[in-house]
Amino acid sequence: MSSEDLIWRIAGGSGDGIDSTSRNFAKALMRSGLHVFTHRHYPSRIRGGHTYVEVRASDEPVHSRGDGYNFLLALGDSFARNEQPGAVYGNEEIKPLVENLDELREGGIIVYDSGLIDIEDIPDFDERVEENNWHVFPMDLRSLAREHGREVMRNTAGVGATAELVGIELGAFEELMEESFPDEILQPNLKVLHEAAAIVRDEFETDHELAVPESTHEEEQALVSGSDCVAFGALDEGCRFIAGYPMTPWTEVFTIMSGYLPQVGGISEQVEDEIAAAALAIGASHAGVKAMSGSSGGGFALMSEPLGLAEMTETPVVLIEAMRAGPSTGMPTKPEQGDLEHVLYTSQGDSSRVVFAPGTAAEAYEQTRKAFQIAYEYQLPTIVIIDQKLSGENINVPASFFDREPNPDLGNVPTEAELEDLPHDDVGKVKRFQYEVENGVNARPIPGQKGGRFLTTGNEHTEFGHISEDPQNRVIQMERRLEKLNIIRDELDEADDSHQSYYGPDDADYGIITWGSMQGAAVEAVDQLVAEGHDVKALNVSDLMPYPVAEVSEFLESVEQALIVEMNASAQFRGLTQKELGTYGEKLSSLLKFDGNPFEPGDIVEGFEVEIINDGTGPTQANTRIEPAVGD
Amino acid sequence: MSAFSAIGETGEIDANQFTPEQEPQPTWCPGCGDFAVLKSLKQAMPEVGRSPDEVLLVTGIGCSGKLNSYFESYGFHTLHGRSLPVARAAKLANPGIEVIAAGGDGDGYGIGGNHFMHTARENHDMVYIVFNNEVFGLTKGQSSPTSPKGHKSKTQPSGVAKDPIRPLSMALASGASYIARTAAVNPNQAKEILVEAIEHDGFAHIDFLTQCPTWNKDARQYVPYTDIQDSDDYDLDLTDRRAAADMMAETEAALYEGTVLTGRYYVDDDRPSYGQEKQNIGEMPETPLAERYFDDDYEWERSYDFIESYT
Repeated sequence: MSSEDLIWRIAGGSGDGIDSTSRNFAKALMRSGLHVFTHRHYPSRIRGGHTYVEVRASDEPVHSRGDGYNFLLALGDSFARNEQPGAVYGNEEIKPLVENLDELREGGIIVYDSGLIDIEDIPDFDERVEENNWHVFPMDLRSLAREHGREVMRNTAGVGATAELVGIELGAFEELMEESFPDEILQPNLKVLHEAAAIVRDEFETDHELAVPESTHEEEQALVSGSDCVAFGALDEGCRFIAGYPMTPWTEVFTIMSGYLPQVGGISEQVEDEIAAAALAIGASHAGVKAMSGSSGGGFALMSEPLGLAEMTETPVVLIEAMRAGPSTGMPTKPEQGDLEHVLYTSQGDSSRVVFAPGTAAEAYEQTRKAFQIAYEYQLPTIVIIDQKLSGENINVPASFFDREPNPDLGNVPTEAELEDLPHDDVGKVKRFQYEVENGVNARPIPGQKGGRFLTTGNEHTEFGHISEDPQNRVIQMERRLEKLNIIRDELDEADDSHQSYYGPDDADYGIITWGSMQGAAVEAVDQLVAEGHDVKALNVSDLMPYPVAEVSEFLESVEQALIVEMNASAQFRGLTQKELGTYGEKLSSLLKFDGNPFEPGDIVEGFEVEIINDGTGPTQANTRIEPAVGD
Repeated sequence: MSAFSAIGETGEIDANQFTPEQEPQPTWCPGCGDFAVLKSLKQAMPEVGRSPDEVLLVTGIGCSGKLNSYFESYGFHTLHGRSLPVARAAKLANPGIEVIAAGGDGDGYGIGGNHFMHTARENHDMVYIVFNNEVFGLTKGQSSPTSPKGHKSKTQPSGVAKDPIRPLSMALASGASYIARTAAVNPNQAKEILVEAIEHDGFAHIDFLTQCPTWNKDARQYVPYTDIQDSDDYDLDLTDRRAAADMMAETEAALYEGTVLTGRYYVDDDRPSYGQEKQNIGEMPETPLAERYFDDDYEWERSYDFIESYT
């Protein structure tokens, strides 16, 4: 990178407006020509608790949150609980400052609200400041906000101080405030913004080096999250029905869709549980509407049986699984990649589903679209796996990226005229599940069509959909359904754009393999490792079922060793890879992280150095685990 | 022009049109009450003017779940307890089709009880037939949610310690707007109630007493029965919730004392169906959503239409 990125962390309590402030901050920097990337950390509680959002801004494209950060805006937590003797939660008032110090880089800047945070309560604060060469700016942001407006405007005061310290034009924030605030809120906010900047200018002497980089975009950018992109992809594929039940972090996709669907004449249903949610999506799809549902781990577990019903009845449906840390309720607001095996295999019997795990917001859009296309073309359930990280992180993508043609095609659904040519029995029932059809896909009539009536069932069934336990029929129908996955694999392999992404020098000796949302951290880790002189490249896998055997084999053939990096404790993706490939077991070791925080690039760099360069002379300093190769 | 020309098509309809070519011989035991559901449903169809191609019959799992194997229409045999969420979404997707859901008492009042409660609450314009035989039949006679207290079975060897569920009261409390009980031994009443239920614009729940001659031999064949509308002993105002609640409680208790009361219990014609409610708040299109996918002229909205708020 040409100059140090700004990684700004705004910390406070839940309910203090941290999220919306950080979003506007990121948007302002994006509009000023920078590449931005956000990362959220929040507790499972409505008010208070340790919450922060990081906004990284760079003059070059950014792929991850980065390593540590360099600017802390500690706002105080207005919902901090009073400390009780013996209470496990300690002094919550100082948490926005004290909880964030460990990751602040040397030479970093601290602005804290001296109206809410008493520096005397922070252990060894002065020593740490001196040791790390931090630049500290105590400001009574709360009083400033109260003076001109309301207390919540201390966020604006913090933004004003930040802008002055790192050299961001206030106009960028003024413009955003003018777009979103009514005048009675706008005016005091503008006063607070300027006043805070003036205080920094007038009352502090500064000698820090950190400044916001400068850059321009060649075209208009949009600030979007993984969840936005899943929703956009669904809308552009003509999805007009969603059913769901709230669960973090899936709620984000559900909320975005529920906002847009009424505007486009679609239907959103919040229902009694996730069994119902998945069953509704199947019912709507059966009746001729492109439909989706989804949940996070625990709710997705309830969808297990409807998922199997979609497979057996060959009803198209798209499900989203937004992973969070498990098992059970786990850590509801923390990311993990522990649901891979759950998603691949849940539900009784042999699976005939397609599963994608996009690595970026843009891939979330592309692969959600592909998930709908495959579900409807091949009449089976497809699942898009995201996680708490990808779901909520915002990144800039050129607005024109989304300027695409919609695709409402239902797949092999006949019109009434076409129905006449399908085989019927003597009273008029359609032979819906014929053995010999192209790609194993039969015509799928829609209820209400004249001459289209058919029977479908979760039981094994004959060509006419009647329940059957005939051994020959059973084998033919099973093989027809499962064969679709091979056909889909061929289609994906032949497509111009692979869902797998590659980074780094083609002829590198070593590989880093990730799946899903760890892609960005691996990309930046490769940059760092190559800069240090290591010979390494990265592969990110999105196609999980059917597995991209050819692509992964080719990658593994080309390297001596590969480190598989994933956010779970039992190396699930490595297990899948070894099961699918049956070889390369000696080449594959794992770097795992399951502490509720996603990998930073530096974690991967360290893991690579320990396991690959120094032959596993661990342990790692970061909160990661290494699992050596186990052979085939 | 509709892509679904079966809907609303006029012409003579015969009950025999609802007899499939294959599997015309149901696998139900001789003397099973399920035959009466099939027969009365077929007979109701000409009266409501619906043809096989405009009916979607969604069933759960159990002997009752096989209803759509023997009834010629669009049929979706789903999962144990899950007929209602599949059925109600189909109705939202295409309100023009006639959606009928059916299942057993374990299916509807046990494993699917949550869906029963919520589908009634939402008042979807559909019919739900619950085959109530007071036993799990297909799995060989275990006690079900409607088995009488003390009912002995291999999984309840000392007899059920629980009071049976109160299906009619449950439907009323949950929000169903048409509630009736009929019995297999009274196919004429069953047909009339089915006709009313189909024509009713809201969630119509029919608790259909279907004797199980194999696993519930001890139970009565639901004779003699009393139709409370025909009896001089009862004078129920079907629009009166409190009266309905009392009559339901009496009916539910009486069944286990040997008195079979049947008929209509509650009818609320004023409550809008869920589809109407959704349309009233602008969250469901006036034209059936399913039609849009067949309309080549429809200008599909794009995510790009909304991109400005992200820039």
